[in-house]
Amino acid sequence: MVRLGRWVSDHVVAGVGLLVLIYLFVPMFVVIAMSFNDPASRAAYTLDGFTVRNWTNPCEPEGLCSSLVTSLQVGILATVGATVLGTLMAFALVRHRFRGRGTANVVIFLPMASPEVVLGASLLALFVSTAGGGVLGFGTILIAHIMFCLSFVVVTVRARLQGMDTSLEQAAMDLYATESQAFWKVTFPLVFPGILSAALLAFALSFDDFIVTNFNSGQTVTFPMYVWGVAQRDIPMQINVIGTAMFLVAVLLVVVSEVLRVRRERVR
Amino acid sequence: MSGPAASTATSTETSTTTPRKRRSIGWLLLLPGALWLAAFFVTPLVQLVATSLYDPNGSVEAGYAMTWSWGNYTEALDFYSEPFIRGFVYAGIATVLCLLIGYPLAYAIVFKAGRWKNLMLVLVIAPFFTSFLVRTLAWKLILADNGFVVSTFKTLGLVDDDGRLLATGFAVVAGLTYNFLPFMVLPLYASLERLDHRLIEAAGDLYASPAQGFRKVTLPLSMPGVVAGTLLTFIPSAGDFINSQLLGDTNQTMIGNSIQTLFEAGSYPAASALSVTLMALIIVMVAIYIRRAGTEELL
Repeated sequence: MVRLGRWVSDHVVAGVGLLVLIYLFVPMFVVIAMSFNDPASRAAYTLDGFTVRNWTNPCEPEGLCSSLVTSLQVGILATVGATVLGTLMAFALVRHRFRGRGTANVVIFLPMASPEVVLGASLLALFVSTAGGGVLGFGTILIAHIMFCLSFVVVTVRARLQGMDTSLEQAAMDLYATESQAFWKVTFPLVFPGILSAALLAFALSFDDFIVTNFNSGQTVTFPMYVWGVAQRDIPMQINVIGTAMFLVAVLLVVVSEVLRVRRERVR
Repeated sequence: MSGPAASTATSTETSTTTPRKRRSIGWLLLLPGALWLAAFFVTPLVQLVATSLYDPNGSVEAGYAMTWSWGNYTEALDFYSEPFIRGFVYAGIATVLCLLIGYPLAYAIVFKAGRWKNLMLVLVIAPFFTSFLVRTLAWKLILADNGFVVSTFKTLGLVDDDGRLLATGFAVVAGLTYNFLPFMVLPLYASLERLDHRLIEAAGDLYASPAQGFRKVTLPLSMPGVVAGTLLTFIPSAGDFINSQLLGDTNQTMIGNSIQTLFEAGSYPAASALSVTLMALIIVMVAIYIRRAGTEELL
């Protein structure tokens, strides 16, 4: 019985894990395959022939590339905004004691625990009641994205700061570094990986957001909004080219950072 | 980051002023972000509650009058109880499926992957680098009527010969399960990874079978991960309308669809009443769940 149990835990669990990984990748393979698809008719979303035309003419469908540019602009600005505000907040929460910390922690946690549809709807209610429907557009999308990215930045940077050894800073001060020298030469470089991953997370959240954006976008079209629009009519295969390209860029980033990490460890 | 730098100017002062100075720096660092959240998270929620009590006969153009119309709530619940229940049921099933699929995966990564651990972790997240919507559209193709999955299901007798998977609850739950799986796997991974592996060995040394060891040691110790994972999966699924819209039957939508449709139609009071109810229900359910699971320290 025990040996059977051991065999089960050794092989079946690993097997199930592998099956789940395959399940995770099936839609990805479909997206890649569809990016080379030559559809018989534009109305049907089916796999027909092979072509590289989608890759050579990614901007052919009207509005696709401009929506991509909008998404990049929103993503970059929202990332900068949320990362700056969130990093300051994380420092305040970890390094400083003050009244209201508990409340601050709850208010930071709540946006992550709210359904996106509520976040989007409540912002819409606010914008429309204070400034009217005409205010909706790039600015309101940006405000909303900074809001929901902020909490994720705080949590990520805070985790890094909490795991950090403050005796290193004290050592720097003991060695006559001023407070600002200690901060820029010791603290900041140590926290930076946390800030960087928070920024990447914020960009990914902003770039891929649909639900909140949908409520607050007015006439502005981001890439997810574009896909939503064409999903109701006929779907250009180029969205799969963009999907595949996003996947490749992200994987490349992961590989590069992993290589850099391994190399750095070897130097040590 | 200007905080510590700014404090150098005053660092020559006597040390008795330091605690107060520290406290004000903390406030200054917190202030910009806190103001942003107050203005664009807390205020909107208050406005949402206010809107839900406006006179439903107003319009965006003409403006709304505050009439404390509690009737918006009873009306919303009368009309939309079905999508409400359906939304929670779909989200609940998807969450359970995510747990059943995600736990073995997280377990395999922590205990079986060895030096492939990092690679497997990246592989879990990698498919989610593509756009959420493009991914969901891929499911539309996978579950299509003339597709491989449907024909297999037909051969196995799981689907009638003229049956279909697309535009059914099955497709919506499949989409939700797929799209929110990483939110389950990552917290599970984190809690299993943190677990002291010597405890499991100790259970084995004390003649526990692997199954007993799992039930009495591993599973209880991974409960924080289970609770965090189920919450992170359930909350977004309960409010989601993308999967239901793209993969489901348009006559059997979830509550997220109802809210979105009402807002697009300009019925702000009714839509707000639905949103507030959704939020309240989720908060109550989460509170009960956390108390039951005995993991209050998570918050």
